[in-house]
Amino acid sequence: MDGSSSTGQVRPIGRRVFLGITGLGLLGIIFGSKAQRSVSDAIGSGLGGLLPGGNRFRIYSITGSFPNIKPASYKLKVTGLVHTPLTLSLDQIQSMPSVSLVKDFQCVTGWRVSQVPWEGVKLSDVIDAAGATTEARAVEFYSYDGADTESLTISQARLSDVIVAYRMLGGPITTAHGGPVRLYVAPMYGYKSLKWLSEIRLVKKASLGFWEQNGYPVDAWVGNYNGRQDAPIT
Amino acid sequence: MTKEMRSAKDAYSRSLIRFDVVERVVHWSLAFLFFILIATALPLYFPSIEAIVGRRLLLANIHTWVGIALPIPLVIALFGNWGKGLRSDIGRFNLWTSDEVRWLKSLARDPMVELGKFNPGQKLNALFTGSVISVMLATGIILKWFNFFPLSWRTGATFVHDTFATLFVLVLAGHIFMAVTHRKALRSMLTGRIPSSWAERHAPLWLRESNHESEDST
Repeated sequence: MDGSSSTGQVRPIGRRVFLGITGLGLLGIIFGSKAQRSVSDAIGSGLGGLLPGGNRFRIYSITGSFPNIKPASYKLKVTGLVHTPLTLSLDQIQSMPSVSLVKDFQCVTGWRVSQVPWEGVKLSDVIDAAGATTEARAVEFYSYDGADTESLTISQARLSDVIVAYRMLGGPITTAHGGPVRLYVAPMYGYKSLKWLSEIRLVKKASLGFWEQNGYPVDAWVGNYNGRQDAPIT
Repeated sequence: MTKEMRSAKDAYSRSLIRFDVVERVVHWSLAFLFFILIATALPLYFPSIEAIVGRRLLLANIHTWVGIALPIPLVIALFGNWGKGLRSDIGRFNLWTSDEVRWLKSLARDPMVELGKFNPGQKLNALFTGSVISVMLATGIILKWFNFFPLSWRTGATFVHDTFATLFVLVLAGHIFMAVTHRKALRSMLTGRIPSSWAERHAPLWLRESNHESEDST
């Protein structure tokens, strides 16, 4: 190629550079999970909020803007196959026995925020307050954003680390994170933890939720990566 | 060679073809598609921008399909007889003289080094961009079709996708800075031609090589 460049040897350095960088990237797919863990431990969540690999949330929203709900006017409906349909205010939810969990938030696309503190009430307590009928086999969840829906089977909904959360990261849940009240389904991927929770509906058979209609699995177990063996800290 | 022929040749050699039309089309399609990718990536990556823009699924879909489309012009150009110029330039990116290594080690300050068509910095920029395209495509596919990959790979792919994106934006900023501060080089990516006075200063080996070739064909 460089026919006239007779000064010294010509070496295929370009190929090595290309294969080196590409190979580093592909190795990162396999070992990056460990690297990400050590990076996020090293930089924490302050500066790490901006850097790749940092311990940071990505905000997923389906609609154009966040629903802005004042805590004082917040209402949670419990409907469907129940003995007593309920409409709960934030105060009423907070007066129920609370649970605290410190658990990872694992997105199905791979990012993870480790050791997030959560606080709320067990979903099973909310269901029991309304009294599920024997016909109820599944639970559907609706959001104040008017678009997101989710579901769990009744036995998944009764797990002790599935909560109706009103605090996370040591404070009230912010609007971006789905406040004032959201679902937190610890053993499953993040899309199950529906934000801006407006209604819990007990049904015979759940219809597909928003992300499930877009190809995500209905049963979204994380596996061993999310500390599922940990007992909730109460 | 007659006198008339010589003066015609001088007029011709006042500018050289630096990039043929295929190379320019590939460059600007990559630029356009990368622009859409970065614009859609910002809200996907920064919660504060996502809070204003929203519509995550739509943005993610645009980002995914534009990302998959991005290598297509490059691949079409590479594997056709119209891609001679591009393939020859990629050959130049590959082969390095020991002078070029010395130039790079001196951080572009070694005055004794005579450079060819591309300097080592330009070569690294092209090679890095090529790697970024490959790595972003591979990690992007894992993030999109996550069902087929183990979770640790997805976490790794996210980490790599984010890291490479950050590095790429920094390198791209440098590339754009060099382009706007070197107008003749920038213009050659639009018109294809560069003055031979520019080549004399920045790419003397290439100028000699081209003169040699055109003499051969005379």
